[in-house]
This record gives sequence, C-alpha cells and structure tokens, in this order.
Amino acid sequence: MKIEKKPVFIAVAVLVCIAMIFSTPAWSKDTYKIGGIFSVTGRASFLGDPEKRSMEMAVKTINDNGGIDGKMLEAVIYDTEGDPTKAVMSISKLISRDRVIAIIGPSTTPTTLAVMPFAQKAKIPLISCAAGNKITQPVNPYIFKTAQSDVLAVAAIYKHMQDKGIKSAGILTVSNSFGESGRQQLEKQAKNFGINIVKVESFGAKDTDMTPQLTKIRSAKPDAVVCWGTNPGPAVVAKNVKQLKMDIPLYQSHGVASPKFIDLAKDAAEGIILPTGKILVADLLQDADVQKKVLDKYIDEYKKSYNLSVSGFGGYAYDAMNILAKALKGSDGDTKKIRDALENLKNHVGVSGVFSYSKEEHNGLGPDAFVIVRIKNSGWELVK
Amino acid sequence: MEELLQYLFSGITNGAIYAVIALGFSMLYNATDLINFAHGEFVMLGGLGLVTFWTVFNLPLPVAFILAAGMGGFAGFLFERLAIRTVSKPQPIVLVIITVGASIFLRGAAMLVWGKDAHGVPDFSSHEPIDIFGATLLVQSLWILGIVLIMVAGLHFFYNRTLTGKAMQACAINKRAAWLTGIPANKMVLLAFIISTSLGAAAGVIIAPVTMCSYDMGTMLGLKGFCAAMLGGLGSLWGALIGGFLLGSLESLGVGFFSSGLKDAIAFILLLLILYIRPQGIMGTADSKRF
Repeated sequence: MKIEKKPVFIAVAVLVCIAMIFSTPAWSKDTYKIGGIFSVTGRASFLGDPEKRSMEMAVKTINDNGGIDGKMLEAVIYDTEGDPTKAVMSISKLISRDRVIAIIGPSTTPTTLAVMPFAQKAKIPLISCAAGNKITQPVNPYIFKTAQSDVLAVAAIYKHMQDKGIKSAGILTVSNSFGESGRQQLEKQAKNFGINIVKVESFGAKDTDMTPQLTKIRSAKPDAVVCWGTNPGPAVVAKNVKQLKMDIPLYQSHGVASPKFIDLAKDAAEGIILPTGKILVADLLQDADVQKKVLDKYIDEYKKSYNLSVSGFGGYAYDAMNILAKALKGSDGDTKKIRDALENLKNHVGVSGVFSYSKEEHNGLGPDAFVIVRIKNSGWELVK
Repeated sequence: MEELLQYLFSGITNGAIYAVIALGFSMLYNATDLINFAHGEFVMLGGLGLVTFWTVFNLPLPVAFILAAGMGGFAGFLFERLAIRTVSKPQPIVLVIITVGASIFLRGAAMLVWGKDAHGVPDFSSHEPIDIFGATLLVQSLWILGIVLIMVAGLHFFYNRTLTGKAMQACAINKRAAWLTGIPANKMVLLAFIISTSLGAAAGVIIAPVTMCSYDMGTMLGLKGFCAAMLGGLGSLWGALIGGFLLGSLESLGVGFFSSGLKDAIAFILLLLILYIRPQGIMGTADSKRF
C-alpha cells in the first residue's frame, strides 16, 4: 500500500506546484486591481460586511460609467475575520500575488496597525476604514483613512458640554483598544474645554453589572458621565444609570450610534446624548447640508443593491473607493502618482464628511463630520 | 455606607448569575464526574431562546421560559447521544475536550441563527428598582435569586430523596457497579445531561434581562460559573450557591475599593488561592475523590 501511494503523492505535489506557478495572474493593462481587506466575518463583521458590500457597489458604479481613463476596476477582497495575523497574510497576498495598485481597509484599528508597515514598505497607498487615531498620527506617506477619529468625537462631546455649562465629568470606558483610545483622548482634551475629570473608571466588554463603577463616579459628584464603549456594555451602563437614579446627563460615544443600542437599552436609552456621523440622521438633515445629496444617493443605492438597511460603517469603504477613484485619474496606475493625488485631494464630499487631505493630515475630516444627537422616543433628535 | 451597600447589591446580582451557572456544572459533575465546558453555551442558548420565543413570537413569559429551557434540554439530549455516548474510549480528558469542541460548535451555530448582534429582553416584571438606604437593587436580581434557591432546593431533594437521583449518584461513583445492580447507567447519564443543560438554559433565561444576549456571551459566563463551582466545591449544590455569591461580592467590592481594572483578576486570583489552600473547595469534603 505504502509504495503505491508515493507516486500519487509526488504527482499531486507536482501538479500543485505547476498550478501555483501559472495561477500568478499576469499583469493586465486593461484593469486597475484594487485590494480590499475587511473583517467580513467574526467579531467585527458589523464593520467589515457593509464595507465589503459598499466597496463592491462603488466599483460597480464606476465600471458602469466606463471605468477610469478607459480602464475597468477589479476588486480583490480578502476576509481578515478581525484577526491581525490574517490581515498580514491578506496584505502579503495582495501585494505579491495579486499585484494591486492600492488597498482599501482593514476594518479595525488593530488589523490596520498590523498591516501598515507592509503597505509602507511596498509603497502602495492604503486607505484604512478604522477609527483609531494612531493610524494617521504620526503621518505615514502611504497611509490614509476615511473613518472619523475619536479625537473628533471627543471634541464634539466636549463642545456640547461646554455649551451646556458642564464643568466636571466622570468617565467610564470599556477595557479594550476602543475604550483605551477614547479614555486617552477624553483625558487629553478636557483642559481645552475647561472640563475637570473627577473620576476615571473602566469595565470589561462582557461585564453584566456596572453599578459599582457608577457608584464610585456618583460619589465624586460630576456634572455629567461619559461612557465610551461598543455594545452591549454601554447599554448595561445606561440601565445602571437609571437604576441608580443618577439625574446627570449621560454621554455615550459614536461606538453605539445605531438603532441596536436603543433596542438593547430600551427605556434607559431615553435622553442619552451622543456624537454620530451624519448617515444615521440623514433624513433629519436640512437640504442645505453639503453632504445631504451624497448621503441620500449612497443610502438609496445601498438599499437597491442589497435590499438591506444601511449601516453607519459601510460609508468608510464607499468614501475610500470614491476618493481613490479620483486619485486614480491620470495616474496610469503608478502608485507614487496615486499617493500624491490622494495627498492633494481637497473638498471631497463623502458619506462620513468633507475630506481635505494634506501633507500633515491623512484623515482629512473636521469637527463638522460629527453631529450631536439625543435619543428621544426611541429615535434620534438633532441637538445644537 | 450607602456605597458599601450598593457594592453588595451589585455582588448579589452578579453572584446570583454566577451561582445559577455554577449549579449546572456541579449538578452534572455530581451525576457523571464530567465537567461540561460547553455549559456556558447552553446558558447562551437559553437566553437567545427566550429572545425568540418571548420577544419575536410574543408567547407568554412562562411558556417562553419552558420552551427555552426545553430547547436547552433537547440540545443537551442531542449532545449526549451524538457526541458523548459515541466515544469508544470515554476517558475524562477526551470527554472534556469534546465539550470544548461542542462549545465552539454551539457558538458558531448560534451566530448563524441569531446573528452577531446582542439582543435585549425586558425585565420579567416592570417594577422600579428597589431603594434600600439609598442603594438600589433591580427586581430582576430578586427573580434570579428566588429561582436559584428553588433550583438548589429542587436538586437537593432530587438527589437525596428520589430513587432516580440516588441511582444517578451511584452511576457517578462507579458506573460498572451501578450497572451490575440493575441501574441503567447510560440512561442515567443521558438524564443528567438533559437536566443539567436545561438548568443551564433556564439560567440563561432568567439572566437575559440583566446581561443582554449574544452568541458569544457563554464563554465568559461559563468560566466565571466554573470558577464559582470550584470555589464552592465541585459537586456540592450549596457550595455552588456560596461560591457564586462570594465571587460576585468580591468582584464588586474589588471594583469599589480598589480598581475596576482588577475585576476579573480578583476572581482568578481567588480561585488560585482556594485551589492552593483548600483544593476541594469551601463546601467540598476532602474524601470526595471518586474512582
């Protein structure tokens, strides 16, 4: 038996080798290959899944309109499952095997941080869809991003507090990279807005009761509480605040800006104030808003293409693809030229805000990318 | 004072959750000498089952409760028949690893059925939180507390007063000897699985309003429940109760008087200490080793 198996094994090995040699795609002059790295499945799939769909949708629209400089776009998308190791494998494949000229994604901050050095080394422009501030600070020549940084979200919250005459705050953050980054920004920017942070507490992402932390915050007597986390923790916090009968305003982060949060926190969500990108409240915006038209078009297209309600996150990839399309014009597929065009891009009206990149600024958004909303009657209400 | 009381109330809320999960571990260990690391996943099944039966199908709460717990029991039945009994050489380590595999499988299946988002359910009774000396306690915590006590008392009665319960314990002590005396050992193991998993699912049902339900809620809850069961003494029903409350209270006191970052560390340091000083747990007896 054993002796018979050997030639078969060798034959298979030879076949696999041949297949691998020939599967390396020949560089085609008629298409631009764009890589996509998203966490389509796994924990962060709520980000990656709509991002993948949005990117595919944007590519299809561009191709239907004749492509760029007569060349069609081809999207090569890999799934990271939210795992930095898989993200690194994906980007290596995109660079060495698929020979893409630009990359969109990854979806989360840890995966982006893991792949950044590879894009930088290969000198391939990468437009990340993650929020983390560390991605574009300090600036890497080839790394851009489209998601709003938490810097802007914190600024939007503090601005609102300042307007309301709030002088002190207690903060409660989830103990993961999202919460940590939020806490750093909250502590750093507080001085600029004349806000005194009286208590800093944290909670685990899967914790089921935050009353001890809130009790500690309550005894420090702040004017407001800021909670920074993603579902379901902040919903538990909202319930606990009601349970403890704390009658000070509760601010939440943009991490829970979705109808899901209201669904989880139920009555406890009423009156909570949070910053959000405009996509969530597109129908409440005035027609004069510069983003209104883009938002309506995106939401309409997304609903038509996938028959799904739009999420706040797909826009990051949609913006990235459209920005990239602008930069690709006249670049002839040269990655250096694409990069330069990206850096010189000004006033691109996108789903997440108005982008103006520069040498020092690779996120390109201003504080107007966020609006402050209050939850009222299980819906959103714009507040000034 | 007010703060201390609030920390203790928080401890009761969490402790009751840990205790009800620990109970399932202990119950199965008592009957089969096996630790089911998929227990947290049955808790998750119960919680998500309630989401479906109560908030989606709009069934009355008691009916939804029974259906969700029954669903957990049925899943346990399938688990025992398809994964546990089919093992040709049932060594403990093999079975434990099978339960770990089952937990991964159940988590994946739940993700496909219920999606990746968390789901919330309303409290059982829409009553304002109870105010005692300035500290507040959720009514749902009392529900959990009450049901845990009923479960422990029920199991205690089952093991000590009914023939089936005694037969089940006999199987755990020596399966072959039990079989020789005419106890259908396989049936007893199956029954133990069904009871334990439906208890787990019932636990998921009663904690759902407090914890919110998602496909991946079971892992951490299972670990904490296991920790509580070890603390109290694996196999001891009252020990599970005490372990759960001890763990919950120490966690919230730790958050209150030290740092919220240390919350999970406290639980596991405590577990290590107990295992070092009193390996059999608080309520366990030193001669509880069985062959």
